[in-house]
Amino acid sequence: MTAAPVQAGWRFKQPSVVPGFGLTLGFSLVYLTLIILIPLSGLAWRSAALGWADFWRIVSDPRTVRALQVSFGTALVAALVNVAFGTLVAWVLVRYRFPGRRIVDAMVDLPFALPTAVAGIALTTLYAPNGWLGRPLMALGIKVAYTPLGIVMALVFIGLPFVVRTVEPIIEEIDKEVEEAAATLGASRFQTITRVLFPGLAPAIVTGFALAFARGVGEYGSVIFIAGNLPKISEIAPLLIVIRLEEFNYPAATAIAAVMLALAFLMLLVINLLQSWSRRRYG
Amino acid sequence: MADPVIEIHDPEHDVASAAITESRAARVMLMAVAFAFLAVFLVLPLVIVFQQAFAKGVAAYFTVLGDRDTVSAIRLTLLVAAISVPLNVVFGLAAAWAIAKFEFKGKAFLTTLIDLPFSVSPVISGLVYVLLFGAQSALGPWLKAHGVEILFAVPGIVLATVFVTFPFVARELIPLMQEQGTGDEEAALSLGANGWQTFRYVTLPNIKWGLLYGVLLCNARAMGEFGAVSVVSGHIRGQTNTMPLHVEILYNEYNAVGAFAVASLLAGLALVTLVLKTVLEMRYGAEIAATRGH
Amino acid sequence: MEVRVENVRKEFDRFPALHDVSLDIRSGELIALLGPSGSGKTTLLRLIAGLERPTRGKILFGEEDASLKSIQERNVGFVFQHYALFRHMTVADNIGFGLKVRPGATRPPAAEIRRRASELLDLVQLSGLEKRYPAQLSGGQRQRVALARAMAIEPAVLLLDEPFGALDAQVRRELRRWLRDIHDTTGHTTVFVTHDQEEALELADRVVVMSQGRIEQVGSADEVYDEPNSPFVYGFIGDSSSLPAKVEDGQVWIADRPIGLSAQGAPAGPATLFFRPHDVELLDGCGGCIAGTVVNSRRVAETRRVELEIGGQRQWVEIELPIDHPAAQKSRVAFRPRKWKLFPQSTG
Repeated sequence: MTAAPVQAGWRFKQPSVVPGFGLTLGFSLVYLTLIILIPLSGLAWRSAALGWADFWRIVSDPRTVRALQVSFGTALVAALVNVAFGTLVAWVLVRYRFPGRRIVDAMVDLPFALPTAVAGIALTTLYAPNGWLGRPLMALGIKVAYTPLGIVMALVFIGLPFVVRTVEPIIEEIDKEVEEAAATLGASRFQTITRVLFPGLAPAIVTGFALAFARGVGEYGSVIFIAGNLPKISEIAPLLIVIRLEEFNYPAATAIAAVMLALAFLMLLVINLLQSWSRRRYG
Repeated sequence: MADPVIEIHDPEHDVASAAITESRAARVMLMAVAFAFLAVFLVLPLVIVFQQAFAKGVAAYFTVLGDRDTVSAIRLTLLVAAISVPLNVVFGLAAAWAIAKFEFKGKAFLTTLIDLPFSVSPVISGLVYVLLFGAQSALGPWLKAHGVEILFAVPGIVLATVFVTFPFVARELIPLMQEQGTGDEEAALSLGANGWQTFRYVTLPNIKWGLLYGVLLCNARAMGEFGAVSVVSGHIRGQTNTMPLHVEILYNEYNAVGAFAVASLLAGLALVTLVLKTVLEMRYGAEIAATRGH
Repeated sequence: MEVRVENVRKEFDRFPALHDVSLDIRSGELIALLGPSGSGKTTLLRLIAGLERPTRGKILFGEEDASLKSIQERNVGFVFQHYALFRHMTVADNIGFGLKVRPGATRPPAAEIRRRASELLDLVQLSGLEKRYPAQLSGGQRQRVALARAMAIEPAVLLLDEPFGALDAQVRRELRRWLRDIHDTTGHTTVFVTHDQEEALELADRVVVMSQGRIEQVGSADEVYDEPNSPFVYGFIGDSSSLPAKVEDGQVWIADRPIGLSAQGAPAGPATLFFRPHDVELLDGCGGCIAGTVVNSRRVAETRRVELEIGGQRQWVEIELPIDHPAAQKSRVAFRPRKWKLFPQSTG
């Protein structure tokens, strides 16, 4: 390879001696185009073809609105629960030593590895009125299965690893000297955790929340068994999409999907902005 | 920091380093709450899968598994995984190579695209293919005329699975290869190796653990995918049912033992995945850490 | 506030980081803990702070046994090598932190805290930076904020752990001078840890030389430089050269030759002779001298450093010669140390 003189001006790629750029980028782009871009643009094109009037009619249909509310509402509650307990679990896993720590750490990934349908039927059986957890809860007057509460339980299962795995590395990186500094300055343990450590964890917690929330909104397999799927009560948006598909009502399915996608992208954007703001301010 | 060997400040051993650890009572309570939460939300569901599967005894368990439809569901699942995982590995390697070894405009856009399936509901992942190949789509009539079956057949299932699982390998490899940089490859090239040799003898050994993790996760998801496959498959027993779909069918027929028996296979797969991941981390942790950034 | 360390021993998992260590720190003095890695100096500092507890022994602040107090109660100001500033708080909030976390009764009002923070910022010459975040400051600025933060609580004693270790040489020199000024202004009892002897000798009222968990010598800069009491201190402080020697008939012998130095009462037997490379007298003939063959010669600033092999015994020493001294051109050099110390083998 001859060393060509470097030219000024706009360049797509920095010069490099490493080969294979064209091949790998080309293959990746082709793959992405075939698998993702074309199908997604099909969706976009279809929803655009609807026209505003039809789009709005579908989206404002009470059943659709309720389904979106159920999906986003349960995902929100579940993500909040996961923030609280997920941060706690991450703290315990990183900071404390106990026998079986590695096993517990591996278990946190279970919702990643377990198929959603399996989780779905297991949770339903657990929380059914005669289930191991369902029965004591019924005695307390709390019905879980076939209600939105059941959806929340399923989404807590699904979203847990997102919070734990996002927060864990940040806790690991906590500078012990900073904790010691706070103690020498007179802060109690509680004050140190709340005033000094927590602000450092906040960005990671927010990211974990966003990931769990996004996952929860779109979740299907683990929810449809336990939800009961009663329209306007415990029917989630993805299920409504499937129902519309089975009715061959493609426009409706497309419209609902478009709304879900738009909201998901919006969330990702907000999260990314938050993260870069935080990085600029605090280093 | 001074005195690295001697100054080991370990709050667990140094009883009175109460500066940076909670009181014993607080610690015990926090652990108790964390464990209780994990037990209820993670352990119980796993346990009940196996409990229900064997509720009617071992004989009944194996009867279900030997059932013809179950066997074809298993076969289909394995087939789909066998196709989609290698495809995604090739993609993951190519994308990671392009992103990690070169500087070019639009890199962030590319990474965002790769992350897309994670933000998209599995149902939507299946929906896009229905819109593309279904009866009402542009391609639909053409496909029908030529007798090409994508939807409600194996190709459609493979496509949907590929869509949902392709980020796994790439996401594992990209940060890893970015951390490793181009130093090793440039050294190999300067010694006279060509691209393929460099990749095979230098890059591949460096990334083998990340690759293995990615494959494990990709495979687990490929075999367990439900939502996307459910939309494209048509649920034709014995033909287009993967194991997760079969679980749904059995469950909806009130065949609890059957559903949980098949589910237990998938749960077993999940456990194997986790165990493998942990064992790899334990035994090769040092090696993995060494290849991460050097 | 006076600080007394009494017979302190510290073990980490059975490994002794500090053997029996005792030290009296006078109220208001600026004292340096100096030593190489592994000498235990940082451990000692952390024990005084309360960040570790001694395995045995006591630490007293004034008359009170400090081990009865938690870190929070000890009221020590600790400055870390890497500053340990709170990233998510402004400079003013960092400095005021120690006052803000005081329990209700003793907490000053917010306005008072702000005033103190401003005052301290003026003292450390960083006025106007109240609203900045640590990420926006240079290393030297961060360290000054860390010091201001430690001083805000009006500590009984100020402890600094290699405070300038993470800074450029130039910034380090400036901050050294500045720290001395601050100390003279405020009068806090100050203990700082360093492995840089130049820093210790320049700054401190007294220097505590440590090695392998023990205190070798405590004294002023002059004392530890001119009158080192052990081979370690002689070798660690300033340049030194040493040769194995023996004492016979009250004379010092090297390589089987008396070198014209009286052993001054040292016991007969093997010993080690220490001297400073520049503190030698060059001789023409050799009726009582150390003679060696020039093996190596290099120019270092204003002098020439010459490495000699003594008596064909594979012992090498370095001595310093003026640049244009004729001896530098020769292949054999004879010299005798002007100032030297002999350490019998048992203490070596």
